[in-house]
Amino acid sequence: MTAAVQVAPAVIVDRAAIRRQRILGVVYLVMAAAAAFVLGEGIEPGASSTFLLKPAGSQGGLDIPPLVVPATLTIYLIAGLCAALGAIQLVRGFGSRWTVVLGVVVVAFVFAFLTWAGAGRSMSLIGILQLTVQKALPITFGALSGVLCERSGVVNIAIEGMLLAGAFSGAVVGSGTGNNIIGLVAAALVGGALAGVLAVLAIRYRMNQIVAGTVINILAAGLTSFLASRVLQAHRELNEPTKFASIPLPLLSDIPIVGPMFFSGNIFMYMLFVLIGLIHWALFHTRWGLRVRAVGEHPRAADTVGINVLFTRYRNVILGGIVAGVGGAYFTLGSTGSFVHDMTGGRGFIGLAAMIFGGWTPIGAFLASLVFGFADALQARLSILGAAVPSEFLLMVPYLVTIVVVAGLVGRVRMPAADGMPYEKE
Amino acid sequence: MAEQRPADERPTGEDVPRPSVRVRLAGIARGLAVPVLAIFSALVIGAFVIVLSDVTFFERLSADPGGALGTAIGGVLEAYGALFRGALGSPTGYAEAFASGDPAQITKAFVPISETLLAATPLIFTGLAVALGFQCGLFNIGAEGQLYVGAMFGTFAGFAFAGLPWFIHLPLAIGAGFLGGALWGFVPGLLKARTGAHEVIVTIMLNYTAYRLIEYILKVPGYQREGRNDPISKVALESSWFPPLIEGLRANWGFVLGLVAALAVSWLLFRSTRGFEFRAVGFNPSGARAAGMSIAVSTILAMTISGGLAGLAGTSIVLGVTHSLTSGISAGFGFDGIAIALMAGSRPRGIVLASLLFGALRAGATPMQSITGVPIDLVVVIQALVIMFVAAPALVRELYRIRVPETTGLETFAKGWRV
Repeated sequence: MTAAVQVAPAVIVDRAAIRRQRILGVVYLVMAAAAAFVLGEGIEPGASSTFLLKPAGSQGGLDIPPLVVPATLTIYLIAGLCAALGAIQLVRGFGSRWTVVLGVVVVAFVFAFLTWAGAGRSMSLIGILQLTVQKALPITFGALSGVLCERSGVVNIAIEGMLLAGAFSGAVVGSGTGNNIIGLVAAALVGGALAGVLAVLAIRYRMNQIVAGTVINILAAGLTSFLASRVLQAHRELNEPTKFASIPLPLLSDIPIVGPMFFSGNIFMYMLFVLIGLIHWALFHTRWGLRVRAVGEHPRAADTVGINVLFTRYRNVILGGIVAGVGGAYFTLGSTGSFVHDMTGGRGFIGLAAMIFGGWTPIGAFLASLVFGFADALQARLSILGAAVPSEFLLMVPYLVTIVVVAGLVGRVRMPAADGMPYEKE
Repeated sequence: MAEQRPADERPTGEDVPRPSVRVRLAGIARGLAVPVLAIFSALVIGAFVIVLSDVTFFERLSADPGGALGTAIGGVLEAYGALFRGALGSPTGYAEAFASGDPAQITKAFVPISETLLAATPLIFTGLAVALGFQCGLFNIGAEGQLYVGAMFGTFAGFAFAGLPWFIHLPLAIGAGFLGGALWGFVPGLLKARTGAHEVIVTIMLNYTAYRLIEYILKVPGYQREGRNDPISKVALESSWFPPLIEGLRANWGFVLGLVAALAVSWLLFRSTRGFEFRAVGFNPSGARAAGMSIAVSTILAMTISGGLAGLAGTSIVLGVTHSLTSGISAGFGFDGIAIALMAGSRPRGIVLASLLFGALRAGATPMQSITGVPIDLVVVIQALVIMFVAAPALVRELYRIRVPETTGLETFAKGWRV
């Protein structure tokens, strides 16, 4: 942002747009070349790829036939499409519709990639999509936690620690009491308590918020590992919660493709949808949200009109912690079933990235999480298929995409203006 | 520990009169108050964690409160005692070794200290890396990734060049390690300077990218050790190893390199023009720009050098201890670097001391676990608490009702996501 200070705003917008247009055009051409020369070369001429669209073993719902495409032809068609769009992008651009074009190119390229990976075989596309949503769930919880905190002006880099603490306490309390609901509530409370520590350090002691978040991450990682090896190893009965069963919604879960993806999950999935809707509505359509955003954008002005800045921040950070705690419980109560040392594996940081990628909005964060979840799911499935692409590079994609996004190479997202600034009453 | 100068005296001029010895000693004492009290408080809270996590404690507490408390305190003292002896050795051990006069036994008595120095070595480098960033207003949270890339380059130089004498091979491998880390630090620096991308996000993402890169490279034929299926690199040639400080102990000349690096960073920051620019940019970017300094150059250069220092941490591990690369060589040295830089107020001298402290904690943790059964992770908890108290001096002031300096070494550090 150093550049923004030096040059007049109008010039900046123009230059950035032109640069973005050029970069995108080149990227499309590179993708076209990659599709044609890397993917197109490596497969048998007559091979076709089969994509299953119905979950294995499901009885109800409509019968959807598998999608069969000729592999080579599909890949070359997609390469041609990418090249054409890239050429147009370079020459005259798409104006404000560039996001749509970007989406089309990315989806087409991913499809070409899947066609290549599944050439001569049959691949469960619906399986990958289902796994995408499951992998995206905890990331979205983390991102929502970040949205709640940062809209009020407190940077929450401690999402990872809150997820981990939520996972641990959910497992222990859930199996200790034999009741998952109590485990879930405990996870929420522990997440909220950690957020309380963050709030006190950041708001009351005006500690640097990134440092405070880092402290909480280290603390949560240390405490959960310590307790896991000191208590859980001797008392295995405290680490055997029953998972929440999945609840397919009647009718909705029968919709082809969408049904198995979004309406056949367990309680966490529906809680997430409710939360996304609720936070979106609350932030952008209520007086509450207007006040929260005012505190995050211009605390001094908010204070002047009588909004309690510090209270708003405390409340939002703690709410964010509760959301992250619930998201953490997903790891133990919703997915794997027992706590393992460092089981969140950086999902909190990915959630942070998803929040930024999604422009500090709940719905954007969810969509971004789906992108990250897709990369995760693809990696898991392709390593089973034994595809030739090293899975490590696939796993790098979300991180690299995030870097591209924060660097503003593909359009810029705007953060709350007072994010990370401690507020001191005059 | 570095004396905490008030912020307004920071630009050191020639004509500033040196304060009297008494004033300086008082300043040093006050500067030490926060770190010492922070360690003390962290150990106390750690003791509570040990006691409360003992499930049998609560059963005994209802039956025999006095006895339960006694055993609890005994258990804590035993754990901390084992930690201490594991880090520094036991007095009786030294006495017996010297009494026997057997050189092998004397060497053995020094094993705990050697282990402490060994654990402190990478911490000095990562601490310096983070501190250099802090001084320039940058938060390099990516020391862990830079460490791995440095280790990757260093290992490669270690096994790829056969037939070199050690005085060429070792510096070459060290240089390669620095280069690898510097590369991984250059990217966030460049992005920050050119586009304003926040270095915290970029370095976190580059950490994960580095982990994947390491997982990949360890499976590439030519890098992976022949005849192995698990991810492990070839063994670096002996001509590229850091020689041991004393034959028979694991502590090696990597520690000395760390001390040299601390001196070099100290010179760079406080004696060179470039370092003055770093600190000026960190302290007040618009002021520095008005004075004709380039924020972009300082940002890129500081991140690059910072990354290189973190890369040296990885190099010191592979060339000094493991002699080959695996994905588990670091175990959080990069993140401990943040703690160390905070504790030391970003001063190189303080970093050496703080690294020795954290190295001691690490070295003592393993014997503590094997003797008393208290898990190693206790040390992580203690470290987190130490950073918390050091980074919030107001907390220490309220707890102990004493006057402590307000400075934390973070004054030059950009707030939040702002650029």
